[in-house]
Amino acid sequence: MKRKEILRKYEARPDNLLYILHDIQDASPYNYVTEEDMEEIADFLDLPYSKVYGTATFYSMISQKPRGKHVIRLCDSPPCHLMGSESILDLLRDELGIDVGQTTPDMLFTLEITSCLGVCGVAPAMMIDEEVYGNLNPKKLRKIIKDYREGII
Amino acid sequence: MSLITKYVLISIDEDTLIAGARKVETELKRILEELDLSREIMVVETGTMGIMGKGVVILIQPDDVTYVNVTPEDVREIANEHLLKGRPVKRLEFTGKIDQSVISFRETAQELKKQTRVVLGNSGLINPESIDEYIAVNGYEALGKALTEHKPEEIIDIVKKSGLRGRGGAGFPTGLKWSFTAPLKNKPKYLVCNADEGEPGTFKDRLIMEGDPHKLLEGMAIAAYAIGAEKGFIYIRGEYTLSINRTQKAIEDARKYGLLGQDIFGSGFSFDVEIKKGAGAYVCGEETALINSLEGGRGNPRVKPPFPGVQGLWQQPTVVNNVETLSNVPAIILNGADWYKSIGTEKSSGTKVYTILGHVHNPGLIEVEMGTTLRDIIYKYAGGVKGGKFKCALVGGAAGAFLNEEMLDVRMDYDHLGEYKAVLGSGAILVMNEESCIVDMLRNILFFFKHESCGKCSPCRIGTAQLYMLADKIYSGQGTDEDLDQMLTLSEAMSTTALCALGQSPYLVIHTADKFFKDEIEEHIRRKVCMKDICRMNGAEHK
Repeated sequence: MKRKEILRKYEARPDNLLYILHDIQDASPYNYVTEEDMEEIADFLDLPYSKVYGTATFYSMISQKPRGKHVIRLCDSPPCHLMGSESILDLLRDELGIDVGQTTPDMLFTLEITSCLGVCGVAPAMMIDEEVYGNLNPKKLRKIIKDYREGII
Repeated sequence: MSLITKYVLISIDEDTLIAGARKVETELKRILEELDLSREIMVVETGTMGIMGKGVVILIQPDDVTYVNVTPEDVREIANEHLLKGRPVKRLEFTGKIDQSVISFRETAQELKKQTRVVLGNSGLINPESIDEYIAVNGYEALGKALTEHKPEEIIDIVKKSGLRGRGGAGFPTGLKWSFTAPLKNKPKYLVCNADEGEPGTFKDRLIMEGDPHKLLEGMAIAAYAIGAEKGFIYIRGEYTLSINRTQKAIEDARKYGLLGQDIFGSGFSFDVEIKKGAGAYVCGEETALINSLEGGRGNPRVKPPFPGVQGLWQQPTVVNNVETLSNVPAIILNGADWYKSIGTEKSSGTKVYTILGHVHNPGLIEVEMGTTLRDIIYKYAGGVKGGKFKCALVGGAAGAFLNEEMLDVRMDYDHLGEYKAVLGSGAILVMNEESCIVDMLRNILFFFKHESCGKCSPCRIGTAQLYMLADKIYSGQGTDEDLDQMLTLSEAMSTTALCALGQSPYLVIHTADKFFKDEIEEHIRRKVCMKDICRMNGAEHK
């Protein structure tokens, strides 16, 4: 099973916790870590469950809720905000029919707000999975979403 | 014999990749092949050239022509007209100001020595993935010099004398920081490079790592030698994929060349570096929070003292330095403390890398001497304000301060800005034109703090939530004069009671917004209008 294979890659040291969480989340079809995952990690690292849970819930990149196939992370830090990320957010809500923190019923997209992505030269910007998209405008955004829906990207 | 007559430098960084730099590169190589030019014209990948938001950027040398917004469709025209016939394609030429360090390189070698080329000198000029190219521009010479000619104490002395101060935000003297850890007998000691760049509007460290990762490694090795550390970590934020990949390759290449690892330069000194990835938490930029995160736990800050220099990673002595700080070190060792001190101002020596964004014509990255005024940075380097008159700049990111028109001529360094209760911070300069609204921005910044508060100490956990709620009231037309007063008092109390810089910071933005734009805030409160029509006065939509 996948989880066991991932754990086997690591030495059982507490400083590997974050990496294990990352890896297990990446291997999950729904982009999250389950309670069961966290229990098994706690066993493996010989840590209390509370410590694993505390760490997993602390970092915004790790989710405890099932998420869509693609996670959209729109930046709304001051530079992107100044360049119009609010209207991009409105458009994303419209286009996807969901609010921040929610997942579309077809499990294709989850919409999240993220802090500064460090690509402010091309604000407003967002990340979909590992890909960064900048200089967003309504036309560009619709095209990107369409491409994901049709599986072109 | 080399037949190369021209170099096409293509900037490969996160920004140009978004714009499709790989497609342009592939097309360029294909067309050069087709025109049978591939042996005469060499395509070189480099880091950033300091030009942002202008798509794919390429520089043709020795002609010194920069093209921006290049698409794969433009490549044939550039090849046919410029590379074949020597006629630059005017419509794609970049006419704005380019990063000073890049300009300096284009001048004669004699001129070069006088220029401020410290951190970004190689970025956009050498291939960051080639250790040989770094060595060809005196790379690792400073490390050799440090290990063979100086004792660790002497290195600390040179860095102290140079006046180098931490570039992560706080501006603490680097040599002094090292001198606390160096004499400790407690082994092992650790050197941690803080590359968890999360301050909104800041991406200088990303571009340094993408453009010249070996310089950072060299700086780290010298710092480690000075403090007596044999192991170093670079904590890079998880989103910085290209930085992680390039720095990883640099580490592997440096190991192969014996520049990292056992007995470097036969000096008996051993040092190795490992990359650790962050997972999205602003507070991890705080050094003790970063250390907790490195240990695999929640990124909560620790109570100081003990300071990390005495008890840090796994309770061992640990020095945490920023990417830009460490990247200054090789040049200081190579050229001496006096040389470094001659750059910048009396109490803030050297250069500063700024990211300049928002309503300016040419957003991007610049490296200029400490003490350069905001006016020069905006008008000389960033091409001036776009879409209206200058209103203010948020300097130093969310943890920074608003500076209005009367502050344009203040010299930007740690001390001069300190006099005005402002900070240099991480070097982010977000320019706002008169069409923007201060209440909207303030609310946005306070949301950020609320979202990023780690929750460990009450002043910050409760305070940031309260501050956002109050700002949101004003934003949605329900604010009162008392709300504004409360924001000022509360944030001031937080500035003295919060455990770390996160909870201490909101005071600065609130205080400067109130100081420079009181009328505008009061308009929102008393007349219930946002003159810029940005704030949603009928009940805000909570995020």
